[in-house]
Amino acid sequence: MKTLLTTTAIILGAVSAQAQTVGFSQIGSESGWRAAETTLTRQQAEERGIDLRFSDAQQRQENQIAAIRSFVAQGVDAILLAPVVATGWDSVLEEAAEAEIPVVLLDRRVDSSDDLYLTAVGSDLVHEGEVAGQWLADEVGDEECRIVELEGTTGSSPAIDRATGFRNAIEGHDNLEIVRSQTGDFTRTGGKEVMESFLQAESGNEICALYAHNDDMALGAIQAINEAGMNPGEDILIVSIDAVPDIFQAIANGDANATVELTPNMAGPAFDALEAYWESGTEPEKFIQTDSALYTQDDDPMAEYEARKDLGY
Amino acid sequence: MKRALRRVLPQIVTLAILMALTSVFFPQFLAVDYQGGRLSGPVVDVLKRGAPVALLAVGMTLVIATRGIDLSVGTVMAITGAAGAWAIASGWGVGPALLLALATGLVCGLWNGCLVAIIGIQPIVATLILMTSGRGIAQLITEGRILTFNDPAFSWLGSGSLAAVPVPIFIWVLTAIAFAALMRRTALGLLVEAIGINRSASALAGINAKVLLIAVYMASGLCAALAGIIATADIRGADANNAGLWLELDAILAVVIGGNSLLGGRFSIAASVLGAMIIQTIDTGILLSGFPSEYNLVIKAGLVLTVLVVQSPNMARHWFLLRRRAQRLREPAPVEGSAPR
Repeated sequence: MKTLLTTTAIILGAVSAQAQTVGFSQIGSESGWRAAETTLTRQQAEERGIDLRFSDAQQRQENQIAAIRSFVAQGVDAILLAPVVATGWDSVLEEAAEAEIPVVLLDRRVDSSDDLYLTAVGSDLVHEGEVAGQWLADEVGDEECRIVELEGTTGSSPAIDRATGFRNAIEGHDNLEIVRSQTGDFTRTGGKEVMESFLQAESGNEICALYAHNDDMALGAIQAINEAGMNPGEDILIVSIDAVPDIFQAIANGDANATVELTPNMAGPAFDALEAYWESGTEPEKFIQTDSALYTQDDDPMAEYEARKDLGY
Repeated sequence: MKRALRRVLPQIVTLAILMALTSVFFPQFLAVDYQGGRLSGPVVDVLKRGAPVALLAVGMTLVIATRGIDLSVGTVMAITGAAGAWAIASGWGVGPALLLALATGLVCGLWNGCLVAIIGIQPIVATLILMTSGRGIAQLITEGRILTFNDPAFSWLGSGSLAAVPVPIFIWVLTAIAFAALMRRTALGLLVEAIGINRSASALAGINAKVLLIAVYMASGLCAALAGIIATADIRGADANNAGLWLELDAILAVVIGGNSLLGGRFSIAASVLGAMIIQTIDTGILLSGFPSEYNLVIKAGLVLTVLVVQSPNMARHWFLLRRRAQRLREPAPVEGSAPR
């Protein structure tokens, strides 16, 4: 079996003499964002003429370990890994290191020693919250603003980090105050139900802005605000995080004001780093932070929607 | 009528106490406004938001009365919602979309019923199969994303109002009344209870237990389909991952708070839907009172535990004994030999 794999690898290597081969072990397709990440990784590989070997682990670490071992046996030029959990990667990463195959982590981190992988590409969740908070602080200026916050699932790291970042950004602005904060579990239903209670509790017209830890909760909240007879986007400013396609439609309709992108294009920076490494052996930083771009009504939201709607979100 | 009222009295008292408690933390809890042609206010929200669990509780009561349990109802909500949204998105129109969603619910119930009644798998295992695999079916229908649609007539079922009252309230109240009438105005309720108490004895007595069991699981599927339609219409989209997630447990809890025994037999649909309203009052009360979200589940657990302890039969006996003892203490103690006989 092993000889067969090696032979296949040699033949494949001979056929595509220049093209680099990269193995990609993806977690699965549990969310739209994950599906978009897979689509974009394939696109990026195609654009750069990289031969991508894709393996879907269906949320199981043992599948990912098996995939990495088979990539090593195939003698790929690099491995992309979106790890499903943080622990238990030491031995398989050592095997890749012994075969001198660089490994790049996407989106999530592992707790192995950082000389076992080339670099990690990911977003800084605290920074995302800061971008959202900064936008709101700039938008309202000196006016008094009572903010309600829809948190993610209680205790999850995105919920904690995005809350921290937002508070960092509005600290020192005494006119900005978070008056209510409650979890909407990252879902539309949760966002709608909790927003209804916010509107009851704060009697609607006293709320100036809504900060939602993800777009789906913001989309639910927009419906709640509409049904309460108010105008989302005008009566209540709405800023959220993720930049899924549907929020761009809401921004285009004037129902939402801003979103911070958690880019699914983790592969772009990863391939950039790999190409530099292949060419000149330059070691990249151990963490490459992706942009947390801000999109508002001025950024042609309909075009952004069209660009994203077929990525598999 | 008086007996029926006495049956649900504990639930009504519990609900009243919880509402009073919420009013302490949020004084405007009982206020109802009329604006823009619709009633609004926390109590209206409770009645509206409680619709999915109330509907699930109606079906669950019947299943539990046969000594069964239906763990798949939350998943069936996701499947039927996805089917309805898919039909709307493909331009079927509201009527066919609703029929498809309801038929899907019935088919899910038929599947569960056949596993339980014909193949003889334990209900908890039989319905667990659909509970775990069903979300995959829903995801296949929605292709793994939130399938949104923009149909005013369909979303009216979730967020519209009729005569100033939100539509979901009508749906669950009418469903509960229809099922209660069907069970109590005919002998059906008695037969369901008979199966729950002793299936083989009732079969020997001439009850077609197999058909009745399948029908009960189909009723549960139908109720779940209605709940799924409301949940989907509410957010104008089918969310296969999250629609109805863990609601089967809330529905079972509602039935238990309603004083129905998980061992089958006597049941009361009215008490179960009151149980659903008790759960929703707790949920909405927590949201309104503004505690940090870390406390949500702790508060809910504490309140539910208190409700169940106070309602438990053993506690009722203790209450009775305590009252008797207190009464005896208040009466003058009979002194030995002094009382003339």
